[in-house]
Amino acid sequence: MAEQGPTRMAAMLSALLRAPLRALVLAAGLSAATIAIAQAPAPDATPIAGIARPNAQDPALEKRVIAVTKELRCLVCQNESIADSHAPLAVDMRNEIRAQLDSGMSDRQVLDFMVARYGNFVRFRPPLDWTTIALWFGPALLMVIGLGALVTQLRQRRTLAAARSVPALSDTERAALAALAAGDEDKMGNR
Amino acid sequence: MNRAWLPLVGFGVLVAFLGIGLTLNPREVPSPLIGKPAPAFTLPTLAEPDRQFSVDDAKGKVWLLNVWASWCTPCLEEHPIIEALSKKGIPVYGLNYKDKEAAATAWLKRNGDPYLLSVVDPTGRVGIDYGVYGTPETYLIDKQGVIRFKHVGPLSPQVVERTLLPLIEKLRAS
Repeated sequence: MAEQGPTRMAAMLSALLRAPLRALVLAAGLSAATIAIAQAPAPDATPIAGIARPNAQDPALEKRVIAVTKELRCLVCQNESIADSHAPLAVDMRNEIRAQLDSGMSDRQVLDFMVARYGNFVRFRPPLDWTTIALWFGPALLMVIGLGALVTQLRQRRTLAAARSVPALSDTERAALAALAAGDEDKMGNR
Repeated sequence: MNRAWLPLVGFGVLVAFLGIGLTLNPREVPSPLIGKPAPAFTLPTLAEPDRQFSVDDAKGKVWLLNVWASWCTPCLEEHPIIEALSKKGIPVYGLNYKDKEAAATAWLKRNGDPYLLSVVDPTGRVGIDYGVYGTPETYLIDKQGVIRFKHVGPLSPQVVERTLLPLIEKLRAS
């Protein structure tokens, strides 16, 4: 029973190592399927109350409305965009934005209008300045630090392993090992 | 120092950041309107729809604009504080936000009317100009018509005592 321990562990380990490979194959298959779905003709968009959807009257304007509202955060339900939110405030803001775009304002002007009232927080992609610099570059910086730490760690491990490498077995040791494998305890020599 | 402590130190830093994050209120969005002139509006009053009120009418006063609605429960919670401010002689004007006239009038009758007057913004268009995203909201506007302070959510006695009243004193003196 005790001898089976390491064997079972090795089996588990190899299964564990194989799992990511299997996941990779599965992911590849899935993404191929997704591409196939994406290429199929899209079904008619079903109208859902309160959600911005293309307006038949002026599709070009609606496209712009959706593009702009997707950039803006709904302040009531903070992680949704104005385009996606059902909140009454989001509906009001969509209507306001539609009216403004219709009156000839540029996308930029509409965004500036909202930022002047609700602050940069209303934008999902705030402009780069001193208060947002950590937001823009923080994740990349953490990634570089993490990768750097990983690489140094792996390098160190390799040098340590080289330094500690065990000298090859001597002939007597090899003979003892063979004897052990054969189950012949008399020939085991020293030890 | 032993290198083995490094992960623990990293974890400690993470915990510190997350701990600070927990004490912050994500609903409190700093208003870009502080220090800017109060957005102009001319709106009919709730009591007399024929009468109009505009921001300029309050020029020369240090006053509060309180955004409220009859459907807004926190407004009711805040109501005694607004009444206390009004009793102290601070001019409080109401902006009745996205409400029905009858419901708003009934609400004031039931709970008392602390406002010098309330203007009605049934569509919420003026609300957008003021960056309103949750009622109640309160704006402190100085003699020149510049917004000096904004509070989102019901005013608490602490905010009134520690921030609002001292600021009003200061603005009145200047």
